[in-house]
This record gives sequence, structure tokens and C-alpha cells, in this order.
Amino acid sequence: MIATLFATFQFDYNTRVVVTGTALLGLASGMVGVFLLLRKRALVGDAISHATLPGVAAVFLVATALGWNAKSLPILLLGAAISGIVAALFIVMLRAGTMLKEDAVLGIILSVFFGIGTALLRIIQQLPTGSSAGLESFIYGKTANMIAEDAYLIGGAALVVCSLTLALSKELKLLCFDTTFGQSQGWPMTLLDLVLMGAVVTVVIVGLQAVGLILMIALLVIPAAAARFWTHRLSKMLIIASLIGAVSSIAGSLASAYFPHLPSGPAIVIAAAILFLLSLFFGSIGGVLGQVVRRRSHRRETNHQHVLRGIYEILEARDRAPLQRGLLRSDEISVQALLGTRSWSLSHVRKILQQLVARDYVVAHSPELYTLTASGIRAAISATRQHRMFEFYLQHQAEISAAGLDRTADFAEHVFDDDMVAELEQIFASQLAPFEVPPSPHPIDGVGVPASFRGGAM
Amino acid sequence: MNALLGELSFAWQWSLDGWIGLAGMLCAMSAALLGCFLLLRRMSLLGDAISHAVLPGIAAAFLISGSRSSAFMFIGAVLVGLLTVWLTEAARSFGRVDEGAATGVVFTSLFAIGLVMIETSASHVDLDPGCVLYGDIEMIPLDLISLGGWQVPRVVAILAVVFVINCSAVIVLRKEFQITTFDAGLARSQGYSPLFMHYLLASLVAITSVCSFEAVGNILVVAMFVVPPATALLLTKRLGPMIVLSLIFAIIAAWVGHISALVVPRWFGFQSTSTSAMMSVIAGLMLLLTVFFSPQHGLVVKFLRRRGMAGAILAEDILATLFRSSESGQDAMDLTSLQRKLLASGFWLRVMLKRLQWRGEIALDGSSIGLTAAGVQRAQNLVRSHRLWEKYLSSETDLVDGRLHVQAEGLEHFTSRQIREQLDQETNRPAIDPHGKKIPPESQ
Repeated sequence: MIATLFATFQFDYNTRVVVTGTALLGLASGMVGVFLLLRKRALVGDAISHATLPGVAAVFLVATALGWNAKSLPILLLGAAISGIVAALFIVMLRAGTMLKEDAVLGIILSVFFGIGTALLRIIQQLPTGSSAGLESFIYGKTANMIAEDAYLIGGAALVVCSLTLALSKELKLLCFDTTFGQSQGWPMTLLDLVLMGAVVTVVIVGLQAVGLILMIALLVIPAAAARFWTHRLSKMLIIASLIGAVSSIAGSLASAYFPHLPSGPAIVIAAAILFLLSLFFGSIGGVLGQVVRRRSHRRETNHQHVLRGIYEILEARDRAPLQRGLLRSDEISVQALLGTRSWSLSHVRKILQQLVARDYVVAHSPELYTLTASGIRAAISATRQHRMFEFYLQHQAEISAAGLDRTADFAEHVFDDDMVAELEQIFASQLAPFEVPPSPHPIDGVGVPASFRGGAM
Repeated sequence: MNALLGELSFAWQWSLDGWIGLAGMLCAMSAALLGCFLLLRRMSLLGDAISHAVLPGIAAAFLISGSRSSAFMFIGAVLVGLLTVWLTEAARSFGRVDEGAATGVVFTSLFAIGLVMIETSASHVDLDPGCVLYGDIEMIPLDLISLGGWQVPRVVAILAVVFVINCSAVIVLRKEFQITTFDAGLARSQGYSPLFMHYLLASLVAITSVCSFEAVGNILVVAMFVVPPATALLLTKRLGPMIVLSLIFAIIAAWVGHISALVVPRWFGFQSTSTSAMMSVIAGLMLLLTVFFSPQHGLVVKFLRRRGMAGAILAEDILATLFRSSESGQDAMDLTSLQRKLLASGFWLRVMLKRLQWRGEIALDGSSIGLTAAGVQRAQNLVRSHRLWEKYLSSETDLVDGRLHVQAEGLEHFTSRQIREQLDQETNRPAIDPHGKKIPPESQ
């Protein structure tokens, strides 16, 4: 199969033209799409591609009336460009001049311009000289019959758009992230906005007649949205989005050449959609899989801390709290005793204990009896100490009653990062020696009042 | 006007055009009603998204049932419409993809899948995406069904049912829609489910879109979901009036749209054009008019208001300049020196001079311009405001000397008698301003 694909790519001139053309288009639209996405304007391509219709129809009518060849590509492109630009100006004006939101503005421009275009098309169909057949393919695309000139046109436009966006990437970044700041620094933000819209119009009009309306929208939206799952940096995002755009264009065109009934436009969109799904699941930033893994490991860590603290508190209640140094093993603890410290099931406690054995924090003497190892003792002390420091902090800073302390601290302490722990340590630095576990400010459920409980000495 | 009516009576037949207008109106009203909530929830593009995304549903229904029966296609389309909403919501919540981008990803992908389904497996049978998806409003009167002895176009009956469903949903669940739209958090705390309402609205949108595509084509319904509600929002801030206004705009767009589809092309020697397209164009025109001429926020109104303010300030500056000049013993000024002093354009200066003369506050004697008694009174208070502000700002703020004048120059136009009195008190009733100029007394 790969050999066949290779052969197709190697020898079929038409396929090569299509692949090159769509790849360049994917590259350019991926890049422009990034800025649109960051500007929260992902669907601007949707509005502008629909809005080219009245321009195309109008120049067709005018050219026919003047007796020119109305189906010549430059004339139609000019019409598309004019109405695309007018639509872009309207979008900017409606956004700035009214309180209508982005989605409403795009919906208005899209539907009204497309309405004008449809009305004009219906009139064109009445012209004696020509059908609007040529126009249909101009609007809905004809990827499979892309000719070399189309590929050159797309290549040229892609080059212009890419170099423009790269040259202005710093300014466009400012436009996307902090328009107000940009304005205060004297940057012509409205002009930059129009430059971005101009880039969209350029990509859309060369792409539209090559690959069709819906595909054009997809190429502007999907690669950028997929790239968002891999990086937070604009420069990397530009590269990834262009790559995704180009790769899905190549894959779609090749698949279309290989399977005779598969139209290339939809094939490209489906290839892009697959890349998007892969990014959604496996993306390194915000990917669903990553989120699940993170949530799982966070839950495990929380469980471990609960068990370690439970063991420590039981030992503490027996006045046998392990010390930081000098102990290789703590006293034995039964699973039954642990069961009383929280509302958890026996099987759950056993599962966590198994995990702790695997981490070498706990040693099992029998299925019922466990002791902490030296590293387990350190972890238990640190978990308990951190919990109680936070309880004291809450008690004094947030005025939470003693009864609510344990619960509140329990909710919040597991999301502490190192900075917050360091800040807590700072606050208690003068009162607590390192590794000292302060007494609990409240009676502890399931273990009774610890011998060391002195009622909130701090 | 008579010519227009004449042309119209030539083309208009109630038995045809009445039904077409009625179908357009029902479709427009159904869509505009839901569109109000879509707009407020920032989901205006849902209609557009669903109109493309239903394609695979229709194709699947066709491939499974093997027929073009409306019932199967309808179910398929509504299911995919809901799937669109669900996938968008999933991409938004699981992947934290921006709303617009999520919509774009989902509907383009679904549309592509639909195209592939049609092209690969149904290309040998008659299933053209264009004709399956999008009906033609002009064909409505040809497809009649009998309802209680009346011959009614099938589409009009369907759209009437859709309108009744939408209306009753909005009326019965008005409170729920309102609270979940404006404050989802509050709604949740009160025991309403914003998610349920979200999907309910989406289902209604899907049903409305699918019924309308089949009946009147997609362009009309996509436009009506957005344009009339947006026009209404520019005119009112209250939900009830907004709904009523958007329904009115929808009705106007439908009837005027159909009439202009018949009439306008005739002006250029063509036959009639697409009615549903003209309906959306008319809706767009109404929006444009509102954007420019809406009484509160219209761009023209805003411009006039700003121009009027600028004119009033210029007039006051003329009076104050003449007063200062008379303080230095020169009772009248000519136009050139006034213009040089005020840096104003000659046109607006002359306009405001005329206005002041008409109000009897200045007198023109040849080329020299002087204050009348009434003019002196107003000018005196202006200059008093200016100098009191300078005094106040110099004692109460640490503005540098050069900035005092600029600040006072702006403030003097918005200073009432009460404020002057207060300024006077707080600066211990000064006789001169920081620059040593005399502060004139309050005039009567």
C-alpha cells in the first residue's frame, strides 16, 4: 500500500499539484488561524468565506454587462476580495460601534452577505448568456481538478501571508493578548486588526475556489485549535498549527487520490479532525489523557497522605509518636484502628496500604498489621505537620471554628504547591523546630484525645 | 409608490404569495424567538453550525432507511443536531477549547463526514446535498395537504407546529430560560439545571433548523436566528420587549423580503429573485438602520450628540474669550483674531457666532464682535468658574502651574452655580486666581 501511495505521489502530475497546493494552503491557514483563535475569533473565516459570495456574483453581473469574460479568475478573485474586505470592515465596525458580541456579529455578516449573494446568483441564472456553473465551483471548490496555476496562486498567497504574519508576529501577539496595552503604547491596533483580517481574506479567497467553503473554514479553525493542546508558546504554536494544517492537507489529498470515491476536500477536513482528536486526548497541555493521569496521581497522593497521617495520629494518641531520627520502624498499627480515623471502607484502606508498601513507606507484618519504615516515618511526620500548621493558620487567620478546622484543612492542603508550603513554614518558623509536629488544635476522630493535646497551645 | 403597487399587483397572487409570505413569517418568528436566548448566551452561530452539521444525519437516515422519507431524515437530522451541541460542549469542557473554535471544529468535521458518506456510498443514487438539505420557499404552494377541509401547504402546517412548540416552550419555561441565561450560578443554587435548559434550547434550535431547511432553505433560518434579535438588543435592554421587537422585525423581514424579491429585480429588467435570500437581506437592512439611527446608541445619534457638545463648548469659549478681551480693555474682536485665539475651524466658528447672535448674547457691528449684556452675564460665570477651578486645583492638588489652565478649561463647561458656590467657599472666597487675575462676581 505504501508503495502504491508512493507511486501515486511519484508519478501522477495532477496529484502532485493538488498535494502541493493544499499543503501550502494548510500551512498558511494554520498560521493565520492561530492568531484568530487567540483573538477569540476562530469563526471569522466562516463569516468571511460566506461573505465572498455577493462580491463574486456582483462582479460576474457587472463583467457580463460590460461584455467581458465574466468567468476569468482574476475578475472573480477581485470580486471575492472586495466583498471579503467589506465584510471584514463591517465586522470591525459592528464590534467597535455596537455592544453586539463576536458570535452575533459574525452570524449577522455571514447570513446577510450570503443572502445578498444568493439573491444575485438567482438573477445570474436568468442571464441568457451563461449558466452560473462556473460560479458554483468557484464557491464550493474543485480540489480534484486543481491545476498548476491554482497551486502557484495558492503558493504565492501562502508565502505573502506567512511572511506578513511572521514579520508582524510580535505586534499581532500584542493584538491578541492585550489590545488596551497596545493602544496605550501607541500601536495602531485597529490597523493591525485590519491587517489580520486582510490575511484571512487573502487565504480564504485563494483557498475557496481551490478547496471549497467548509474546508476553508475547517483549515482556519482546526489546526490552530489542535495546536493549542501542545504548547503555551506562540512561536511553537505557529509551527505546530502550520504543520498540522500541511500534514492533514497532504494526507487528505493522498487518501483522495488513493480511494477514487473519496473527495479530497472532506478527506482533508477528516484528516485534520483526526489530528485534532489525537491532540485532544494525548496533547501535552490540557489533553484529556494528561488530565486524567494528573487527577489520578493527585488522588493517590491524597490517599497516601491520609493514611500516613492516620497512622501517625494513632501512634501519637498512644504516646508512641515516631521521631524524625533514629527509628527504622514504628510501632505496629492494625487495619481496624486505621479504619476508625476516616469514613472509608476496609478494602479501600487495604488498597492504599498496598500502594504504600510498594512505595516502601510501610511494611506489612501480617495482612492486619503494618509498621512505618524510616522513609514512611518522615513522610507521615511531614504530612501531619503540614496539616496542623495549616489548621493553626486557618484558626487564626480565617477564624474557622475548631470543629470545622479538620475538614477545611483537608480540602485545601492537597492542592498546596511548594511556594505555599514554604510560606507556611516561614510563618511558623519561630514557633516550630524543623520536623517538629505541633499538637492538634482539635480532638481527632477515631483515636480519642491525644495525650499531647493541650487545647491549641499556639 | 403607485408604480410600485402597480408592479406588485402584476406579480402578486394571494393564493401563492400569501402562503410564501406566511411560511417565511412562521419560520422567521420561530427562529427569532429562540435567537433571543441564543444571542444572550453567545451561541448565535449555533443555527449556522447545525445547518451544516446535520448532513451526516440526513445521509445516515437515507442509507439506513433507503428512502427519502421526511420522517427518517428529520429524526436523523435532529439527532445529529443534538450531537453537534454535545460534541461542542464536550470539546469546550474537557479540552477547554474556545467556544467559537469548538463549534467550528465540530460542524466542519461533521459536514465533511456527511459529504464523504454521500459521495462514497450514495453517489449512484439520487442524493444531492443541495436538494436534500435545502428546500425552496417558492415551491411551497405546490405541495398542499388537507387540514379540516382546508387546502394548506404542508410546509406552512409544519412551520406553524414548530412555532407553537417554540412559543409554548418559551412561555412555560420563561423563568427557567431567563435565570439560566443570565446567571447560571444562581440558577444552579436555586435548583434549576442550566445544562438541561442548554440542551432543551439546542433541541428546539435543531428542530426549528431542520424543519426550516427542508421547507425554506437554510439561509433564511440562519439569518433569523441572529439578525432580528441583534436588532432588538440594540434598541432595548429588557428581555420581554426584546422578544416582542425581534418577532416584529421577523414579521417585517418576511413580508417586505418577499415583496422586494418580486419587485426589486424588475427595476433592473430581471425576473423575481430568491425570496428567502431577500428576507435575510431586509433583516440585515433593518439592523444597519438600527446601528446608525437607534435613538440611544445609534452611530449617527452619537455623532450628532458629540458634535452638539463640541458646538456648545465652542460657543462658551467664544463668550469667555470676548469677556477676557474686554477685561484688557478691548471690547470687540474681529473674526480672524477670534479664530486665531480659539484654533477653531472657520465654518463651525461662524455657525456658533450665528447661534450666539440669535440668542442675543453677542452683537455684530461690522466686522467687530462684542458681548451684549446677556452675553456678559453668561461669560462672567464661565470665567468665574474657570478661575475658581484654577484656585481650587492649585491649593488642593499638586498639579504643576501649566496644567492648571488646561484642567480648568475643561471643567468650566460643566460647572453649575452650586459647584461655583462650593468652590468659592472651599477656597475661602478668593479675589484673584493663581495667575493674579481678578475672579469676577457671580452674575444674576
